[in-house]
Amino acid sequence: MSETANPSEPAPSPAFVLPGTVFWRIASVCLLFGAWEIAGQIPISIAFPTFFETMMALFQMIVDGRIFEAYGDTLKPLLIGVGISGVFGVIFGITMGLSRGFQWMGEPIFIVMQAAPMAALIPLVTFVYGIGLAAKVCSVIILAAPIIVLNAYKAVRNASPSLIQMCASFQGNRLQQIVKVIVPDASPMIFAGLRLGVAAGFIGVILAELLITPTGVGDLITYHRSVAEYADMYAAVFSIMLFAAVTVGLLERAEIAFFRPERKKRKDNE
Amino acid sequence: MNIQAANDTAATRAIVEVEGIGKIYPGGTVALEGVDLEFPTGQMTTLLGPSGCGKTTLLKIIAGLLEPTAGEVRINGKPVFGPGPERAFVFQDFALLPWATVLRNVAFGLELQGRDKSERETIAQASIEKVGLAGFENAYPHELSGGMRQRVGLARALCVDADVLLMDEPFSAVDEQTRRLFQEELLRLLEKEKKTVIFVTHSIEEAVYVSDRIVLLSPRPGRVNRIVSMDLDRAGLSADEIRREKLFLDTVEDIWQTLKQYLTDERMNE
Repeated sequence: MSETANPSEPAPSPAFVLPGTVFWRIASVCLLFGAWEIAGQIPISIAFPTFFETMMALFQMIVDGRIFEAYGDTLKPLLIGVGISGVFGVIFGITMGLSRGFQWMGEPIFIVMQAAPMAALIPLVTFVYGIGLAAKVCSVIILAAPIIVLNAYKAVRNASPSLIQMCASFQGNRLQQIVKVIVPDASPMIFAGLRLGVAAGFIGVILAELLITPTGVGDLITYHRSVAEYADMYAAVFSIMLFAAVTVGLLERAEIAFFRPERKKRKDNE
Repeated sequence: MNIQAANDTAATRAIVEVEGIGKIYPGGTVALEGVDLEFPTGQMTTLLGPSGCGKTTLLKIIAGLLEPTAGEVRINGKPVFGPGPERAFVFQDFALLPWATVLRNVAFGLELQGRDKSERETIAQASIEKVGLAGFENAYPHELSGGMRQRVGLARALCVDADVLLMDEPFSAVDEQTRRLFQEELLRLLEKEKKTVIFVTHSIEEAVYVSDRIVLLSPRPGRVNRIVSMDLDRAGLSADEIRREKLFLDTVEDIWQTLKQYLTDERMNE
């Protein structure tokens, strides 16, 4: 469970942790990029550009606007797919957590979906939905939804029995129990599921763009690979990784800012 | 110091009565069997016994949080079948909402009743002052010590103005020093509030120190074994003087001999 589930856990000493955390994060990034630069300089493969070449190519793509055009295409199925998975996934997961009937109906399907290599089904999606937007949205959903549903379900199922009993002892009705206790108590895990779901959605959309029809960022990757412009290809790959990481990070911040006032306060004090 | 006869208390009207209470958990564990008890208005009655004697089970049955397998609970002569406004519960693990401030936690019982925000905050504020937490209204549970968290739990129970306070080992999760101070403050507070208190503890000393009556439960299945009346005139005595009183020490010793007998019997049966 999250740190909030354990109120006895002492808050980390702020004066010590923060400079340390920032230092180690920067060190980790520098180490990775440094290793990349060295590997490119050797080079480990003619198809592996250096870090600086890649950054230059990325800069070029930003200047001539290709990257924005590509993201315009990629974001459409991604946002629709993640939006649908997020809203319906959380609602369905919470319902599964609250009702045995829904649990029995939904749990096997989603567990199989989560465990199975769903990427293998993407070619099948084209048989049903063709090669347009619907097929890509569908790819995002089949990758993102299971993890969102299962996290929401488990979060609700693991809501603190003691808080539920407390609510009952003060004569809270079932709706109050759900809205005021169960869902807020489950929210850290629901959000963890959403973050994982969004990350899976990125995988879904890129797979769709690589496997169904090359559009957007997937097209940038495929095209530059085919013409052996590896720096551009890596720039596209790098940009989508960065974009996914930033999005997931922002989601976490949004969660803390809007839903976890006690963690916001703890963070502000650090 | 005066020692009154036990039948003096029987003359007081009982606000809570339990009759023939039995509880068998799924799986066949008999937690309670044939428990008949009366809790006189305005008195502090402690349920004391070794672990596994069903004292918390009995308290939760009185609270309406658990359903008895047999028997009934009456409040003011009327049978009850669930939690009600005349009873408020103080939880062993505090059961505070980690995402809510002290003020909201204390006012939570009133929030569930649908009272208006300003009204419930005024009541909560008064309750916070009673338990000595003024100045901590906007703190979150993780910022408080164990003792302070339990004060929040107590303030929340006082807020709903129930006649009966049910306290489930309220001090078991706080350190010994805090525990002693808290016991003294609790006595002072209850003197003013005129509540009927049913208190569960496994500490003999605590039971003798805080109670008017001590109900000794025998282990597996829990039955009422003895009722000890403690009419210690605490007025004019400091906490330390009370703890050195002959009656106090004799009662502690007397109860220990009974409990020791249970443990020896249990070991013989193993």
